[in-house]
Amino acid sequence: MSQIESGYVKKELPKNLGTIGAILLIAGIALGVASYLVDPARAAFSYLTSFIYLVCIGIGSLFLVSLEYAAGAVWSVPFRRVSEFLAASVPFFIILVIPLFFSMHNLFIWTNPIAVAHDKVLQQRSTYLNIPFFVIRDVIIFLIWTAFYFIIIKNSRKQDVSADQNLTTRNIKFSIAFIVIFAFTISVISFDWLMSMTPHWFSTIFGVYLFADSAWVALAVLTLFSVVLTERGYLSPKIRRDHYYSLGILMFAFTVFWAYIAFSQYMLQWYGNLPEEIVYYVHRWTGVWKYVSLALVITHFIVPFLLLLPRGSKTNPGMLKFAAIWIIIFQFLDVYWLVMPSMVDNGFTYSFSWIDFTFPLAVVGLILWLFSILAKKNNLLAVGDPKLKRSWEFHI
Amino acid sequence: MNRNQNSLYGVAALFDSPDDILKAAKKVQADGYKKYDVNTPYPVHGMDSAMGFKASKMGYVTLFFGFAAAAFILGFMWWTLAVSYPLVIGGKPFFALPAFVPITFEFTVLLGVLSTVFGMIAVVFNLPFNNHPIHDTNYMRNVSSDKYGLVIEAEDPLFEQDKVVELLKSLGSKNIELVYNPEEEKYSIFQPKFLVFLGIIAVLTACSTYVTLNKFMYLPPFDFMLNQNKGVSQEESSFFYDKREMRTPVAGTVARGYIPYAYTGETDPKEVLSNPLLPTKKVLELGQKKFLTFCSPCHGNYADGKSRLMGQFPPGPTLHSQRIINFTDGQIYNVITNGFSIMPSYKRQITRDERWAIVNYIRVLQRAQNPKPSDFTEIKEINKESGKNVPN
Repeated sequence: MSQIESGYVKKELPKNLGTIGAILLIAGIALGVASYLVDPARAAFSYLTSFIYLVCIGIGSLFLVSLEYAAGAVWSVPFRRVSEFLAASVPFFIILVIPLFFSMHNLFIWTNPIAVAHDKVLQQRSTYLNIPFFVIRDVIIFLIWTAFYFIIIKNSRKQDVSADQNLTTRNIKFSIAFIVIFAFTISVISFDWLMSMTPHWFSTIFGVYLFADSAWVALAVLTLFSVVLTERGYLSPKIRRDHYYSLGILMFAFTVFWAYIAFSQYMLQWYGNLPEEIVYYVHRWTGVWKYVSLALVITHFIVPFLLLLPRGSKTNPGMLKFAAIWIIIFQFLDVYWLVMPSMVDNGFTYSFSWIDFTFPLAVVGLILWLFSILAKKNNLLAVGDPKLKRSWEFHI
Repeated sequence: MNRNQNSLYGVAALFDSPDDILKAAKKVQADGYKKYDVNTPYPVHGMDSAMGFKASKMGYVTLFFGFAAAAFILGFMWWTLAVSYPLVIGGKPFFALPAFVPITFEFTVLLGVLSTVFGMIAVVFNLPFNNHPIHDTNYMRNVSSDKYGLVIEAEDPLFEQDKVVELLKSLGSKNIELVYNPEEEKYSIFQPKFLVFLGIIAVLTACSTYVTLNKFMYLPPFDFMLNQNKGVSQEESSFFYDKREMRTPVAGTVARGYIPYAYTGETDPKEVLSNPLLPTKKVLELGQKKFLTFCSPCHGNYADGKSRLMGQFPPGPTLHSQRIINFTDGQIYNVITNGFSIMPSYKRQITRDERWAIVNYIRVLQRAQNPKPSDFTEIKEINKESGKNVPN
């Protein structure tokens, strides 16, 4: 009954999608293993870049799902399942992080006892920055995320059959709890994996920076998948420009939010001009990184800002797809910019390498592969959600 | 706008739910009415498309004023802080873009918002009039609280009173009201009552701001900012062992750009420095300025000892005596730096370069008092070239 109402007919995704995903994943893993054998240090930095990128997409998508529940949003109900599928990489974090644990001595100077012995600041920070505590807290965080992922997703899928409103009520509670925990845990992840690469440097806003990144890229991936799936008829024909508009305006909002946070961090440290604070930006303003930093301002803020500013582009599917792909690409540049200049802090010199291309293949492959597997077993639309009917009547 | 007195303005109908009003607006639009409006207590989603509105042009006003504001304020800060009155702030460049960004952002938002609001008021409310016929009607009271209203105006070419009432009834409205144009224009924003009201608000705002900033801040509990645990200059310190709040530099501290002088304290050194500055126009102008400030009170404006302090103070000697003319530049510099007889040292008041500039200026004054014949021909040539006829 509910399927007639929503106009949703379950269609199999093309088999190619899963095959392409699996091929990319296997190729990425194979090349990744090869790169680890060739140059373990360089591979570790590349792997960290791709891992953080995957974390941004996965946990950002779970955040969007819980945001919809917590805010009682109506417009996003037809897209929620897409976000749920994109969040499917969350349970894999705990496996994917293991290679990083084994290459911590390449990534972080504070794991080196000799360096710590000669550095007073590192000695003071060693209560927080030590390997056992680091591993334990990150494993716990990934376990918590996985638990929330399974609870929220399970309730959501159960509703397809039962259409039980209590499941939504229960998910709202879990979502609110998750958002609060997410705010703290994403900060810890960003401090641990990104900020501690430059262990003298500190910025309390850094967690918000990664949050802005993850919400932004999760929205972009969601938009790309939703628009393509709707155009090919895999979602409901009732999705209209009003729904697209909301996706576009959220992407626009997070574009500005990222710029706001990134600039807040930069301006305070630029103004203070203290050696231990500006070292981060000095690394990102020497050599080729100067041009990458400037390119980031243009590609990560100005271009998406102007692309998504007109009302027309937020309702135009072609424009939305273009903006989403743009964001997905240049979000990777941002993560790359966060990780790579910090190689200097552990005594390496940066040079561009083929290794940087191997792991993103695996990320794209993993996302596509998981999506195709989940789409085979489950509905692509949350057909049992009580808010779905109101969503069809949504107008801007 | 036709403002016939007591003529029918339109038919107003109240609806109970947003769905009803959406349905009604769609039907009225479909029937071909052009002059009608919808009033709701909050923006109802989907009303724009129900009433057949195209995208508003107001966004362009906002965009234009936003960009204009950004350009203006950036130009303004550039001109004031980098061109007209350059001032080093916090060791930053004069045009410190990152520090200007927050101000640019705020100003862009402010002017964008204000231009939107005023543009909207000007277009929608038909300023300066403020007497829309539906003001002070029962209809208006309802749509400002919990009802959804629709008015079809009598000016609409399709308007027929009975037909319109029937249509609105058939759409489910239980409360239909005839609205008439007001008798006179009572609510112009320029009426004295409103202007006096604005004046009172302005005075009250100014007074309360004054009281807050100048009175309340000194009363407990708002005076906590005055009691800070910090050192105040010229006060006794409870922190430092020598009870001085102002600290002296550490022994051996050298000021930035400081150049030591080898003959400090020697009134008649055996050897002296030579003048590092050439008598350029810029140097002589600086020397003149400093000479008139520090030297002329005793030595006189022309260094002839005829000063304005003559008779009240031991007079400064003339600098045109043969002895001083025979001084080397370094000796005059040494006198300014170390003092001579009752003349004190001026090294704290006058910087090194300024002292050398004064020496150069004194040389000019001496030459002016004792010119050589060649100077006259030179001056004549200069005057001929510049076309001036100055008597010698």
